[in-house]
Amino acid sequence: MSAVPTPSTILPAPGSKVPDLAFKWVAALAAATIVALIVLVGWQLYAGSRQSIAHFGLGFLWSSEWDPVQDKYGALPFIFGTLVSSLIALVIAVPLGVATALFLTELAPLKLRQPIVMAIEMLAAVPSVIFGLWGIFILIPWLRDHLFVWLKHTLGFLPLFQGPIYGVSMLAAGIIIAIMILPIITSISREILRSVPNLQREAAYALGATRWEVLKIAVLSYARRGLFGAAILGLGRALGETMAVTMVIGNRPQISASLFAPGYTLASVIANEFAEATTDLYLNSLFELGLVLLGVTILVNIAAQLMLKSMTKGGPIKVS
Amino acid sequence: MSAPSPYLPTPGFARWRKAKSTAVTAVLVLCALAVIAPLFLVIYFLLVQGWSSLDLNFFTQLPKPTGESGGGMANAIVGTIELLAMASVVGVPLGILGGIYLAEYGSDRGNDWLRFAADVLNGVPSIVWGMVIYLVLVVPFKGFSAYAGGVALGLMMVPLVMRTTEEVLILVPQSYREAALALGVARWKVIMVIVVRTALKGIATGVIVALARIAGETAPLLFTALGNNFWNHNLKEPIAALPLQIFAYAISPYDDWHRQAWAGALVLMALILALNITVRVLSRDRRKSS
Repeated sequence: MSAVPTPSTILPAPGSKVPDLAFKWVAALAAATIVALIVLVGWQLYAGSRQSIAHFGLGFLWSSEWDPVQDKYGALPFIFGTLVSSLIALVIAVPLGVATALFLTELAPLKLRQPIVMAIEMLAAVPSVIFGLWGIFILIPWLRDHLFVWLKHTLGFLPLFQGPIYGVSMLAAGIIIAIMILPIITSISREILRSVPNLQREAAYALGATRWEVLKIAVLSYARRGLFGAAILGLGRALGETMAVTMVIGNRPQISASLFAPGYTLASVIANEFAEATTDLYLNSLFELGLVLLGVTILVNIAAQLMLKSMTKGGPIKVS
Repeated sequence: MSAPSPYLPTPGFARWRKAKSTAVTAVLVLCALAVIAPLFLVIYFLLVQGWSSLDLNFFTQLPKPTGESGGGMANAIVGTIELLAMASVVGVPLGILGGIYLAEYGSDRGNDWLRFAADVLNGVPSIVWGMVIYLVLVVPFKGFSAYAGGVALGLMMVPLVMRTTEEVLILVPQSYREAALALGVARWKVIMVIVVRTALKGIATGVIVALARIAGETAPLLFTALGNNFWNHNLKEPIAALPLQIFAYAISPYDDWHRQAWAGALVLMALILALNITVRVLSRDRRKSS
């Protein structure tokens, strides 16, 4: 027994466990900040809006009065503006994004794919404020003088396209947001389409389907749920867009049927009026708008995550 | 045209189907073009409008008061760099340590929740960060400050850095860890010296991606860093930032300021592109070496 060297002669003395445990706990703490931050964000917004919650109650959500002079505040025009501008963005961006993803996964020559993907990634890197600048000086004049005039001329019988054209408008905001959420919708759709097994496509081709029929029957119907998730994720981004929207939407708290009319969103009213909120109730109301915005975006994001997760995990039969 | 037999399509029907397929192909190509067109339009106008307004003064001078032409954004360029540095101090350690926890310690179930939380946090609108930091760091300290702006940006980095760190740490082969542990090296040293060192390039890439993402953020700075027309000599004071300056100038009524806004946007875009190119070069090396 004594001939066997004790461990201490070949191994460094077993050091104390303290550094190891300490490191583990520091790392755990850092990971836990993620959860703590969510709680902090929610709690602070709630704390900041307590006065207005107490003062206006739930009526805050559907009152359309926003009058800092009278100290009366209601969220409806901003909720309306946020929803409408995001919806316009989705109507434009989802078909375009999915079509581009289809092009990239199914049609484009291999040499073209990487450059196009890079261009889309670069589009995602352009800051909101630069889109806003471009929107004010390039996009809006063009929309005002060409697209909007044409829309009014051809679709003017719809209430959506009636009324005076200012340039700054709900529709302009929707278009800018659409450009900004295109990259995420395209790249997530592309991931989803790439996960469609080739066997699906081959089976459809073997039955004599044309390329479009293959896309329709084998690819799109298979990927439907995931593509829906991609759209919802895009919606989550669209709701919170601030700077570019603030610069092109016209910032007027009104509810109008016309898409040519200016509007206002939750994020942009906060950006514009926060620094000049004179009374406590005013500031509290802005915080409550922030709370509404946070609540809606978190719910939408959670829905998108769940949808995308069910697509990748429990989708139809996976063929490896 | 009579209804084609469902079993034996007529040649006409086949031609119709092929025509439809070709038409859809054309539409898809057009859609792809429409998606990348805005990028080129934005870059084109940035170059056309911004380049002519860029001069040496832009990089060396302070903004001129209203009405006087000339001046530059030197303070905003430096301010943006200072803010990015402060954001890194806050966001990088938290993000990397969090990523280490996810990759090296966490349980599967716990990790699922943490990843979910990180994705949710990533979706918090940037303007909301500005409001929260206003309550946490501006109100108690009675003033807008560079610190507040840096912290706001830094916290936005945390979920991004955490996720990318986790992803690259998982790629480090398990045998490296086992070899080191078998030699009796303490776990934390294995992680710091072996695992993190091996994945260092990937982690750096993740950090730069996060920096590029926050460099153009304006909304979280509006009520934290606030902006400043002069040099900032004290981080407890408001500080200028390129995105803030671009925003303020873009919505102003003065032509000269619009010109400057374009120039600022060009510089900001160049900065972000440079960060993105760095990422590409770094990740290309990684692909080659592995």
